[in-house]
Amino acid sequence: MSILRFHLNDRPIEDAEVPPTTTLLNYLRQRAHLTGTKEGCAEGDCGACTVVVLDAETDPAAPRFRAVNACLMFVPMVQGRRVYTVEGLRQNGALHPVQAAMVERLGSQCGYCTPGVVMSAFEACYREDLREPWQLDDQMCGNLCRCTGYRPIRDAVHLVAGTCPEDIFNRQRAEARPAALEFVRASEGRCYLQPTDLEALWAAIAERPRARLVCGGTDLALLVTQRYQDLPELIALEGVPELRGVGRGADGWFEIGATTTLTDLEAACMGPLRPLTPLLRILRYFASRQIKHRATVGGNLCNASPIGDLAPALIALGAQVVLRSAAGARTLPLDQFFLAYRKTALQPGEVLAAVRVPEPSTGARMGAYKVSKRRELDISAVAAGLYVETCPEGLVTEVRAAFGGMAATPARARGLEAALRGRPWTEANVEAALPALAADFKPMSDHRGSAWFRGQVAENLVRGFYLETAATPRPDLPPRPAATVRLEVVQ
Amino acid sequence: MTDVSQSPLHRPAVHESAHGHVTGSARYVDDLPEPAGMLHGLPVGSPVARGRLVARRAERALALPGVHAVLFAADVPGHNRIGPIVHDEPLLAEDEVFAEGQTVALVLGDSVAACRAGARALELEFEELPAILTVEEALRAGALLCPPHEMCRGDVAAAMARATVVVAGELHTGGQDHFYLETQASLAIPGEDDTIHLESSTQHPTEVQIACSEVLGCPRNQIVVAVPRMGGGFGGKESQASQFAALAALAARRTGRPVKVWLSRDLDMTMTGKRHPFWSRYRAGLDDRGRLLALEVEIVADGGWSVDLSPAILDRGMFHLDNGYFVPNLHFVGKAVRTNKASNTAFRGFGGPQGMAVIEEVLSRAAERLGLDPAEIRRRNYYGDCPDEHAPGNMVEVPVPEDEQTSMGASVISLVRARCLTPYYQEVPHCRLPRIHAELLARCDWDARRAEVAAWNARSPWQKRGLGFMPVKFGISFTNTMLNQAGALVLVYADGSVQLNHGGTEMGQGLHTKMLAVCAHELGVPTAQIRCMTTATDKVPNTSATAASSGSDLNGMAVQRACAEIRERVRPVAAELLGAAPEAVQFVGGAAVGPDGRRVPWSELARTAWMRRVSLSAAGYYATPNIAYDRTTGRGKPFHYFAYGAAAVEVEVSGLTGEHRLLRVDILHDVGSSLVPTIDIGQIEGGFIQGVGWVTGEELVWDAKGKLLTHGPSTYKIPAIGDCPAIFNVALLERAEQDSTIHGSKAVGEPPLMLGLGVISALRQAVAAFGPGEVELAIPCTPEAILRAVVRQRAAAVTRAADAAE
Repeated sequence: MSILRFHLNDRPIEDAEVPPTTTLLNYLRQRAHLTGTKEGCAEGDCGACTVVVLDAETDPAAPRFRAVNACLMFVPMVQGRRVYTVEGLRQNGALHPVQAAMVERLGSQCGYCTPGVVMSAFEACYREDLREPWQLDDQMCGNLCRCTGYRPIRDAVHLVAGTCPEDIFNRQRAEARPAALEFVRASEGRCYLQPTDLEALWAAIAERPRARLVCGGTDLALLVTQRYQDLPELIALEGVPELRGVGRGADGWFEIGATTTLTDLEAACMGPLRPLTPLLRILRYFASRQIKHRATVGGNLCNASPIGDLAPALIALGAQVVLRSAAGARTLPLDQFFLAYRKTALQPGEVLAAVRVPEPSTGARMGAYKVSKRRELDISAVAAGLYVETCPEGLVTEVRAAFGGMAATPARARGLEAALRGRPWTEANVEAALPALAADFKPMSDHRGSAWFRGQVAENLVRGFYLETAATPRPDLPPRPAATVRLEVVQ
Repeated sequence: MTDVSQSPLHRPAVHESAHGHVTGSARYVDDLPEPAGMLHGLPVGSPVARGRLVARRAERALALPGVHAVLFAADVPGHNRIGPIVHDEPLLAEDEVFAEGQTVALVLGDSVAACRAGARALELEFEELPAILTVEEALRAGALLCPPHEMCRGDVAAAMARATVVVAGELHTGGQDHFYLETQASLAIPGEDDTIHLESSTQHPTEVQIACSEVLGCPRNQIVVAVPRMGGGFGGKESQASQFAALAALAARRTGRPVKVWLSRDLDMTMTGKRHPFWSRYRAGLDDRGRLLALEVEIVADGGWSVDLSPAILDRGMFHLDNGYFVPNLHFVGKAVRTNKASNTAFRGFGGPQGMAVIEEVLSRAAERLGLDPAEIRRRNYYGDCPDEHAPGNMVEVPVPEDEQTSMGASVISLVRARCLTPYYQEVPHCRLPRIHAELLARCDWDARRAEVAAWNARSPWQKRGLGFMPVKFGISFTNTMLNQAGALVLVYADGSVQLNHGGTEMGQGLHTKMLAVCAHELGVPTAQIRCMTTATDKVPNTSATAASSGSDLNGMAVQRACAEIRERVRPVAAELLGAAPEAVQFVGGAAVGPDGRRVPWSELARTAWMRRVSLSAAGYYATPNIAYDRTTGRGKPFHYFAYGAAAVEVEVSGLTGEHRLLRVDILHDVGSSLVPTIDIGQIEGGFIQGVGWVTGEELVWDAKGKLLTHGPSTYKIPAIGDCPAIFNVALLERAEQDSTIHGSKAVGEPPLMLGLGVISALRQAVAAFGPGEVELAIPCTPEAILRAVVRQRAAAVTRAADAAE
């Protein structure tokens, strides 16, 4: 039986009683009586509950602050860590520079979103990788404000972003050591287990075969906060280092650990995974910073949502999934992982351990797109991953076109692929192949878009992909694009 | 730093609660320390849009641990019916339910979780009945919420016959959820003698007090309603906070324990009403230069299941069918209909945006037909100050009797000739739109950018840009004349510190910041010496809602009068201390100052006045003069004055996906002599973006049985930071003092929201660049709506090219 231990604004907390599926938000407001952190939606979409967690586990050499949604975290997820809330930023009565900037720039009106805004800006304050203006919007897009129209918030964040003041927070960051994440709480029929290596994971799974696996929890927590379900048995993967991080296999394939967070994947795409540009494009509009800090590659694939954003891009890149169990490992092409609506090929006792992606061949054309009602922090109406290789004669030798939002699972457009394969990669041939797409999918109508819209957009994304990659096989996403496909103006 | 020797009026200031906001110490209802023994109350809503409630049993729920009680309609000791205009809303459902989410029961428990378990265990049985879910169905069924409202002038048929261009059509504008970040919340604490103290997140504490007293069947003096602050209101807590407060009060009375009723986001969005969707049918005639000759509109508001504020919202919709344009001949008919959806309610603009959307659609379509610049066609139609090229020649042909007078005594025919008479016969004196128009176009480099956009579009086949224009004229006052009154209570303590109470509520709009400035100016003390107190019905009684943009106008006058009264009482004391004539004493910089420069600090003055037995507290009261409106004739002077503004909006549209982005927005807005310019800028920017949300991404979707599908931010998309334009220039109109308002200022809460309609104007321009023919763009302009419009234009371009080839 573990005791819940963490630092809350420099105050050590020990709690042996709190039920483990208590959200961090409820803990703060109800048990710690810190009501600065607000509940605006309890689904991770408004950011009023944003707090900051100090993460020294991902990269012990470079601990970092991570803004997260307290409404989507169970308290054991901060075991051993340091948590900062809006109440903890003042030092000796003086406002933190982030708070001062928000006051001076009139970044608050009703003030209800403000604590969350302040905490997202707090992370920005200590980020060393903020260079482009669009990154500020990316940092702040998970904080909805209904009053200000955002201009003053943007100004305030601009003032403080990347300033890294030499203060107690920076010192705590520099001195942070990886936390002991192990957490075990079990009683009759109920448990929350956070093993810290693979052996312990297999033992936990063997002992609790009905337990649900959880890592970031950004999707699973909704069962508690929105559906009011009880999750009696949970096994957390976050403490298992073998499942995390990116690298390169002996065969030259890129390997992405399943519990790698989306922000870590994003960072890797600007470093060791640079050849996988389309991933960066889809990650840019994947979700809020808060969600991306907790959500994982494996979680996005295992929830098997038809509108999970990573799947189409990874399928297009030819990814495989590595499924491990106590008995061993097997590998499956990602497009065979999704069996039906929210159903995967995972067998009992199996865990998605990693995603493997081959290095794209030189000159291959790649694109990943997402269309939603709002650019930032929204769920796809349609997502597409497109990959085309041509031979020196200009004929299409390899083509993978995968879509989200078009069927019950992320799926390849086999008819379209067949119509493109073996023919010259020309506008006329793309146009000629597009009718096949209509036969590949019969999308549904819902509040995100009608079947007509989905069909038309899927078609237009292929068109846009052709036009966009005609000159540059792997175009970068320009800052602040008006749309998912941003074609250069014809000069 | 603030120079204490000067008044804080007309100077920049930060929000008075900003420190509390950024440190988390600002408290909202749900943050208040919970009193011992407090129970949570969870309202349980109807799962069906319409049905007979055939059974309600709570035994299983009551058997659960932590569930204390379940209340139904029969538990109400007083009146079960509440409502701001008509008492037609059962607090708890009686025999029938009329909308999904209508409250049927209140579960009381030790925790919210216990309440939720109790709610699941309730046995409620409904016999479903056919529901009316659209305006069209309601019109067919004749389900009107109030008598129709009519305005007419001149001879529409004759004017239409003379028109060069006639545009006719139908327009739907969608609803909008308020999405205040703080959901509805009330805490009721029972006291001795059957009293109840309520902490409520409401824009209208008096109405909450009234509802509670009627539900409990007790006089109003037994109920005190206090509002610490709101985490946003936008109209959604004007009338609709009452039911949740009344439920809390009812439960506190039944159990004798404090009770908090707080709604989760999904419950809030399901149960509470929204901006009214409107449907209208219009027909407009314009001359060859794009000047309006006649306008005929039938406008219908979807009120939802109860009356709420729908009649007043419909009226304001009709009062803004003209926006800033003179319409010589007109016939407007307005109706509000009953549908089986949550009861729609006040939302920033209060029908005004929906009315304006119609005339803007008319002018956009006419401009596209005539090949006119969207700004130019609007300029040609402004009230008054008409430039030479449209001298009022044809306007004389409006057949009104020569001797007919407006309620203000002016001759109707002369006002028509001068193009300054509204459809409801109120004069528009000195319309500021021509001036704003000229200044804004110059500021934003309109002509050059029009040319740039055209050149850019010529080079870009799949992305098009558009430059749109939107002027706003908005009437200021509650159109129910009675509501235009306010009170204040100022208390000066003998140490010179001041408590300021007024009837307005703070929801983020900066009202308290402005009231502090007014109070500080009047007493000559620094704002730091004044505390703006929690709004409470035991300090200022019988208040109006903080709504209709009127908070500063009304309460500012009341605060000014209360402060002036105290100041004049202490003036003789100051004169004596300074050895000066009373009229020579000035109150400035925290002191009374004599003509020779001698000073008595305010604290010393207060102490001396107290010792001399001078009363240091005073109430102030204000009622707006000279306004009245007769709904039966459709004539009168409903507004004290008009607020003006204009926006120039540039967008870029993707022809592949229908996505768009705001590239640049320039706004010039008239707030008179701004009380606190930083606060006003914030209102303008925030209002604009909220208006943009309404007409773009904010789409409410119901299923075929009337269940709301978009009940949380994962499905209902208000603007995020990336939707704020990269270039966003907002300026206040200079030299714009307004007559007979508090220090020459003007209301600012609502008018800027309608500037958001400028996005539609811009989007239409961009869509039109994809191909020939009339643009058909639905509202809200979601990616799907835009893509549909683009596909249509592109198809027309293909057809035209094929025709040309033949």
